[in-house]
Amino acid sequence: MKRILYISLFVFLLSACAPKPSGPQTLTVMTHDSFAVSENVVQAFEQANNAKVTFIKSGDTGAALNKAILTKDAPLADVFYGVDNTFLSRALDADIYEPYDSPALKNIPAEFQLDPSRRALPVDYGDVCINYDKAYFASRNLPIPQSLEDLTKPEYKGLLVVENPATSSPGLAFLLATVKHFGDPNYLGYWKDLRANGLVVVDGWETAYYTNFSGSSGKGPQPMVVSYGTSPAAEVMFAQTPLSDSPTASIIGPDTCFRQIEFVGILKGTQRRALAEKFVDFALGAQFQADMPAQMFVYPVAPNITLPDAFVKYSQTAPQPAAISPADIAANRDAWIQNWTDAVLR
Amino acid sequence: MTLFPRHVDAKTRRHNFLRAFAPAWLKCPLLWFLPLLFLGVFFFLPLFKILAFTFDLSALTTSNLQLAFRVLLFTFYQALLSTFLTLLAGLPSAYLFARYDFRGKSLLRALTAVPFMLPTVVVAAGFNALLGPRGWVSVIFPLSSFQFTGTLGAILLAHIFYNTTIVIRIVGNALSRFDPKLEQAARSLGADSRRAWWNVTLPLLRPPLLAAALLVFLFDFTSFGVILLLGGPRFATLEVEIYIQALQLFNLPLAALLSLIQLLSTLAFSALYTRLVTRTTVQSAPRSAESNVRKAGSLREKIFVASFIFLLSSFFILPMLALPLRSISRLDANRADRAQIQTGFIPDYYTELFINRRDSIFYVPPVRAAFNSLGYAGATVLLSLLLGFPAASALAKPGRLEKILDPILMLPLGASAVTLGLGFIIAFGRLLTSPFLVPLAHTLIALPFVIRTLQSSIASIPDRLRQAAASLGASPFRVWQTVDWPILRRATLSASIFAFTISLGEFGATALLSRPEYPTIPVAIYRFLSQPGGLNYGQAMAMATLLMALTTVGILLIEKLRLPGAGEF
Repeated sequence: MKRILYISLFVFLLSACAPKPSGPQTLTVMTHDSFAVSENVVQAFEQANNAKVTFIKSGDTGAALNKAILTKDAPLADVFYGVDNTFLSRALDADIYEPYDSPALKNIPAEFQLDPSRRALPVDYGDVCINYDKAYFASRNLPIPQSLEDLTKPEYKGLLVVENPATSSPGLAFLLATVKHFGDPNYLGYWKDLRANGLVVVDGWETAYYTNFSGSSGKGPQPMVVSYGTSPAAEVMFAQTPLSDSPTASIIGPDTCFRQIEFVGILKGTQRRALAEKFVDFALGAQFQADMPAQMFVYPVAPNITLPDAFVKYSQTAPQPAAISPADIAANRDAWIQNWTDAVLR
Repeated sequence: MTLFPRHVDAKTRRHNFLRAFAPAWLKCPLLWFLPLLFLGVFFFLPLFKILAFTFDLSALTTSNLQLAFRVLLFTFYQALLSTFLTLLAGLPSAYLFARYDFRGKSLLRALTAVPFMLPTVVVAAGFNALLGPRGWVSVIFPLSSFQFTGTLGAILLAHIFYNTTIVIRIVGNALSRFDPKLEQAARSLGADSRRAWWNVTLPLLRPPLLAAALLVFLFDFTSFGVILLLGGPRFATLEVEIYIQALQLFNLPLAALLSLIQLLSTLAFSALYTRLVTRTTVQSAPRSAESNVRKAGSLREKIFVASFIFLLSSFFILPMLALPLRSISRLDANRADRAQIQTGFIPDYYTELFINRRDSIFYVPPVRAAFNSLGYAGATVLLSLLLGFPAASALAKPGRLEKILDPILMLPLGASAVTLGLGFIIAFGRLLTSPFLVPLAHTLIALPFVIRTLQSSIASIPDRLRQAAASLGASPFRVWQTVDWPILRRATLSASIFAFTISLGEFGATALLSRPEYPTIPVAIYRFLSQPGGLNYGQAMAMATLLMALTTVGILLIEKLRLPGAGEF
């Protein structure tokens, strides 16, 4: 009896040491908190590649990236999804990606391909714009501001809420739009004018949108908020009762919007390079690209993707969004934020 | 009490043997072994790794030190002020719950503990519904155009709202254990009630009072969400600055410097507490809580009881009432005439919680999120009691070792959560996604509470009771069971409630450590609030209401729980 026990124990140990049969490989994808995807889309990838995909959400874009940089010697994941152009240079300087010249890139417009070394591959984009509460302006016969300059006019005193660029990604994007429009250091004068005109600053998007913005369900006091060009579409898609029109819209003027482009890349040191390549191809492919608008409220970078109805009707993209090169952003971000803090908060 | 041994069996003899031959110097390290092992692996190791990795002498520039000093000053100032105000609100409340009997008492007491675990976003929403620009107060008093969010007042009010329960639990627990004969003796010697309170009760209350003050102070000192959400970007505590420096600006050396300052401050405050408290612990004959409780008699007492019930109810319940109300209100119909007060009540947000409308891979039905939360909370309670009991027993009779270890045990409360989170990433790498790390992280935060709650209780048990039992032949376990346990029952309940609520409400560590497929309720709330749309907002409010209900029921159940062997005496 005892011998059987020993033998079975021995066999068990042996089997534990033996190479594993080709079960599904696990691919770990590190990303930010806003990442979302449909279940069936992930399943399609898993089935096609005999794989299991695990996601790690690590805070907002900046926090997630910093955690990836911190662990680059022993990476927590195989793929990192969601570095945007405001953080791109930091990611590239820290050298966390392996280059991958995906065949899918040839379909993607050149304007999105900001990294010629093919380490960070564009995957989605969206505009940070000022949303306004339609009913507020209509009921007071107040014209909608058409430009950044308009926002300093006395009739808009106390009507705008923005996020702190030191703690919020849309807040930083809007700051960058003003830097692009007015130049450095003139943007500081503009912000001082905004401050004199009753500008409200809060820490993050959730507070700005749900506590301060009057167009959201939080019914706050300010009818204008720095949010996304797709937020009006989200208001319709997530309405509690079906709405015939969006309660909000975006202000589209010269440099009023800043375009955020998100990137995906294979993390250096991955043990699953082949599977990671498949995932990147998949993320740039039609199925995933068509899924992301309704999941993450961003636009696909791939052309000819059918968008949800609400996107076509209510969400806007700026014809000429403000743009600053990632290298410029990396070189000046901290100084811009610090000077902004001194001008607006102190 | 059943202290009489029927016969000395083998088990008891073994206990006696242990008692005789395990010397005192060995007993203490034995008690310390588990708690210190736990802290070593899950606190000091990650903290040391991240600080060693990121700290750099180049961070010691004049401008950095100036920034650090400025932030430290504000952090200290607001924490001191908040603690003082919290004690001011908490002491009479503790007295109310410890001494008076009134209808709805256990519900009210449970409700005062609910804010402790509410996510900051939800509390901010509640306060805004009450005091914000379109809140109820400005509807009732249309002339008052005061600014609430973005002020120091908002920070202080939120800190009182969060932490009063600490004072109520810890001080109230001690008050209800008091021997009323001491006060009666003072009265019979001619002291009026005020003098008896100042000269007898208050000095006896010093240890629990100091313990509560320290815990409240440390919570305020490391405050993060309240400062960001209610204080706004004009205010920054050390923790907020660490977050900005480490995760947004990626200035890790400066973040490490700030973390060190925060750690050393915590150590200094805790050491000060240890010095103050060891001089003053008094052993007194314990009383059952029931014998101290009575109905309000005189008119003055009745006024005190009624007015405090009113104050507590309005302060704690009104901001929380906003959430359930919003969770069933029609929020986005007819936006054109939004100025009118809407009266439609709907269950839609609750039913919507059960629909995976977007077929998202991260969708989790509310029941599952609740189970995740409860599972983590249950594990946290067990684990923190398991580690807290030996540590608290060792601390109750402080030797030289204990005087050193005592402040160190408080460190997890004062350590920067951001820094510790990064430390976890470096120290544990791919283990990070293991589901066991969440209750372990919660236990780190809960352990100081559990230890403080148990320690003052254990210390107050007179040795002569134990000696009497032992001399009658009771084994150490029997002594513990018949003497210590009945006295510790209440403290154990309090400790469990702390651990339970801390775990239920914890967000930062959970968001970092939990797999996206297994979110807790707070994580689910944040997820809803991260996208626009009436349904998302309504579901967040519905989820917050569920969390409040769950906590209230949980606390009531724990309080009603008849723990085994808990004979009243």
